[in-house]
Amino acid sequence: MTQTLASEPPLLEVDDLQTSFIVGEGQDVRAVDGVNFVVRAGETLAIVGESGSGKSVTSLSIMRLLPKNIGRISRGTIRLRGKDLVTLSDREMRAIRGNDIGMIFQEPMTSLNPVHTIGTQIAEVVMQHDKLKKKAAHQRAIEMLELVGIPEPVKRADQYPHQMSGGMRQRAMIAMALACEPSVLIADEPTTALDVTIQAQILDLMRNLQKKMGMAIVFITHDLGVVAEMADRVVVMYAGQVVETGTVEEIFTRPLMPYTSGLMQSIPRMGESEKKLRLQTIPGYVPLLTKLPGGCRFRTRCAFAEDRCAVAEPPLEELESGRSVRCIRWRELELKTKASA
Amino acid sequence: MSMDHKNAQHKRRDVLLQVSNLKKYFPIRGGVLNRVVNNVKAVNGVSFNVLRGEVVGLVGESGSGKTTVGRTILRLEEPTSGTIDFDGTDIGKLAKPVMRRYRKRMQIVFQDPYASLNPREKIRTMLGHALAVHNIGTAADRDDRIVALLEQVGLSGDYLDRFPHEFSGGQRQRIGIARALAVEPEFIVADEPVSALDVSIQAQVVNLLDDLKSKFNLTMLFIAHDLAVVEHISDRVVVMYLGRIMEIAPTRTLYRAPNHPYTKALLSAVPSPDIHAKRDRVILTGDIPSPINPPSGCVFRTRCPIAIPDCAQIVPELKEVSPGQFSACIRTAP
Repeated sequence: MTQTLASEPPLLEVDDLQTSFIVGEGQDVRAVDGVNFVVRAGETLAIVGESGSGKSVTSLSIMRLLPKNIGRISRGTIRLRGKDLVTLSDREMRAIRGNDIGMIFQEPMTSLNPVHTIGTQIAEVVMQHDKLKKKAAHQRAIEMLELVGIPEPVKRADQYPHQMSGGMRQRAMIAMALACEPSVLIADEPTTALDVTIQAQILDLMRNLQKKMGMAIVFITHDLGVVAEMADRVVVMYAGQVVETGTVEEIFTRPLMPYTSGLMQSIPRMGESEKKLRLQTIPGYVPLLTKLPGGCRFRTRCAFAEDRCAVAEPPLEELESGRSVRCIRWRELELKTKASA
Repeated sequence: MSMDHKNAQHKRRDVLLQVSNLKKYFPIRGGVLNRVVNNVKAVNGVSFNVLRGEVVGLVGESGSGKTTVGRTILRLEEPTSGTIDFDGTDIGKLAKPVMRRYRKRMQIVFQDPYASLNPREKIRTMLGHALAVHNIGTAADRDDRIVALLEQVGLSGDYLDRFPHEFSGGQRQRIGIARALAVEPEFIVADEPVSALDVSIQAQVVNLLDDLKSKFNLTMLFIAHDLAVVEHISDRVVVMYLGRIMEIAPTRTLYRAPNHPYTKALLSAVPSPDIHAKRDRVILTGDIPSPINPPSGCVFRTRCPIAIPDCAQIVPELKEVSPGQFSACIRTAP
């Protein structure tokens, strides 16, 4: 697969996505509120945010896996190669899942079936999507297990999920998600539950598979270390909205939104013990979606908030292609950080 | 053993806690007679000490036994063997009623602030209970004490009559800390106290623990898998793997010049938030072996990049490789 140029139409385009949940009688909250981003072929886009930011709901919306009767996409489009997924029937969507978009989760047991062997499960996916015969599909399953670095794949194919360690299950889930060579892989906190040495293995594996198979990865995480290592571009979310986008370089070295820079400063970094610095913090807590402050949603925790931040919700200002920020003060603030540096 | 000699030196510097050759096995029962067929060797011969006023970080991956060490020190688990010397008394063998007196001096902060607070108790009741059990203050001045406690952990005294569900994760962890502090302990085991919290909240709680430590001259065993957080808060760090200690070192030494191959691999596996950092990563192959049948010799050898045949024969002892730095490896600390 060849690298797609930036000028080509994006592979996946999320436009003005709004996802609502019913929380009480006739009461809706917008867990995702007007989210835009694009994913290009072969790149890794990280969606970063804390709990309640809407990052996972965004990924479930793309997969159309929202809990029935409670959550729904209330506005916007999700286009895969130009085709809007929001309007597809459940049946059409099933064909997209697996074939075009694969997904892996934090907890592998949410997508692995405990009563079937790993080999059978992967073979089933392959049979559905590639119209392979049972024997060929099983062979393909073994190849996939080998590809994701599971030792003794022939033996492992006949094992059940509970017979595997957490890291092995994660590999098996990746094997299943990639069995049909999807063009987009959505990875929702895929390494959060794993130990660091196992996380390093899985991240390494994902990078290698991406090189080999050329799929785009949407990586949803709260771990900025993982973002720095994996992402080409970053979308930062806060309280259901995108608050900043940019390349990984821009986001880490020149954050424009006070929330992004607050996050960067609040993470303890290794190798700083000699300095014994106090950690910078963002005061307060992420607001509940039912109790959002008027105006800028971050203003109650923001060190730079002024009265005018409460007047109206700031728009997501697009500075250049792929670079945007939601803050009415970003120009002055940038000056300030430059001056103080 | 060289370790004991070194510990004797430490004793002069006022050791509050001395753990020696601690073992904790969990029996596995099976068969028709429900006999003990095997043991999970969660902690398998661990020795270290904590000086008064010191924060010792205890790190390791899942299955390393770090949480079991913390719980066994507080006698929330009964030790299988070994001694737990707290301020001159082996509390590992104390009868329950006598142990209660020590409980007042040693407290724990749990990982999950959602599971560790009783959902039916108001903050007033919960903290009041902690005070009453240990006969602290009179009933009359109890409310004042509770308000003071809440304020110490950065919460408003107005929260007295609220239930745990009315708080966010970060606030609940503050309540958990307030409860631990209520009895004015000398020693706190903090078991993954910030792992369940969001990044921006983690920093608040780490700073709070740091402040409280200095304010009350607390001694702390800080158990965590997040190596950056541990580096930030600890004076010394103990690295565990599969029930054993691989390395003990002053924080700066451990992070700058780790000796043990496991420590090196562990540190290099942490994703760095510095996008320009290019490190030589040691990616360990395989998984942590089962603590039921740990490998012979060095327990790390099955994943170790520099293991030799001798590693299967010799159980390495902790040896001092630089002042205060001990490593259990026949290759790097012969």
